[in-house]
Amino acid sequence: MDREKKSERKRLTIQLLWTLLTNAFVVGFARGSIYQGKLKSICVPGLNCYSCPGAIASCPIGAMQAVLGSYEFRLPLFVTGFLILVGTICGRFVCGFLCPFGLVQDLLYRIPFPKKWHTFPGDRLLRYLKFLVLAVFVVALPLLVTDLIGQGYPWFCKLICPSGTLMGGIPLIGLNDSLKESIGLLFAWKMGLLIFLCLVGVVLCRPFCRYLCPLGAIYGLLQQASFYRLSVDQDACISCGQCARVCPMACEPTKRPNDMECIRCGRCKAACPTEAIDLGFSKQKKNSRP
Amino acid sequence: MKKNQVSMLLLLLGCVCLGAGWLRGENGVILAKAIRICLECVGIG
Ligand code: SF4
Ligand code: SF4
Ligand code: SF4
Repeated sequence: MDREKKSERKRLTIQLLWTLLTNAFVVGFARGSIYQGKLKSICVPGLNCYSCPGAIASCPIGAMQAVLGSYEFRLPLFVTGFLILVGTICGRFVCGFLCPFGLVQDLLYRIPFPKKWHTFPGDRLLRYLKFLVLAVFVVALPLLVTDLIGQGYPWFCKLICPSGTLMGGIPLIGLNDSLKESIGLLFAWKMGLLIFLCLVGVVLCRPFCRYLCPLGAIYGLLQQASFYRLSVDQDACISCGQCARVCPMACEPTKRPNDMECIRCGRCKAACPTEAIDLGFSKQKKNSRP
Repeated sequence: MKKNQVSMLLLLLGCVCLGAGWLRGENGVILAKAIRICLECVGIG
């Protein structure tokens, strides 16, 4: 097995194990209910819906909106601190290895299709959209649009999040007749968005991560400061461009090793013919581009 | 300021925020939200 396949298989195994571990409440799938233990007061690093029947901890984006919308607190110190810590330690390694919705999109991209898109004109610019999603739907709306008692709503969950639809909506509605009776236009919109993203995801790798995910935006902002880094040994690099060709996020590791779009998947490292790429917590070597 | 110093400062800031949020009881709000089926996540609320 060549190095690239081996590295991808290892990553897939970690992604699957992590998803199973953090969604281990199997009783929830049998009963159509969710876990109600104390662990749910803390967060997992990835976009793992707390309304998934199996989820044993909380989604950081859901938790952030819950505190922003609560009339007693508003400022979400706990979640912000958690995200700063995780992002500073490992940046978007979370996206490459520890996010169930990242895993779903990786699996979709493995489906054979005659023509896959690596990137397209405007791809880079569109990626700034996720910062707008973060600012408007995760922060501003839950904070500013409140009901009579001053309670805000999780607008990102309500109008956008396909992870919530897939992990929470589909299994819970499928297992509960009372919920089934309540579905309407909003559910149709969220299902439509999920299906659209899944279809695009067969052709283009991780469209939701590229353009819409507010969690990816936060970790991306911290990528430059992260201790888990990618570096390229300029002496060993022969500028063949192989690393950029295999990158699922259309990054150019030799030009921007710590690009905020890099999900630390390690494909470039495995594909480099001269082993010029290093990825990890290790100290930077001489002549390497940080 | 060197990159490593910025990272160390961020780590410190992260710990302070996390601890402050924990001490003032934000986790109660998170728990209360996460143990009830969230209608917004599901797509009906
Ligand atoms: S709907 Fe999405 S953002 Fe909201 S809690 Fe679920 S996974 Fe998190
Ligand atoms: S960008 Fe969002 S959905 Fe994608 S892997 Fe990262 S946290 Fe998960
Ligand atoms: S630059 Fe390398 S590690 Fe980063 S996403 Fe691309 S292939 Fe993966």
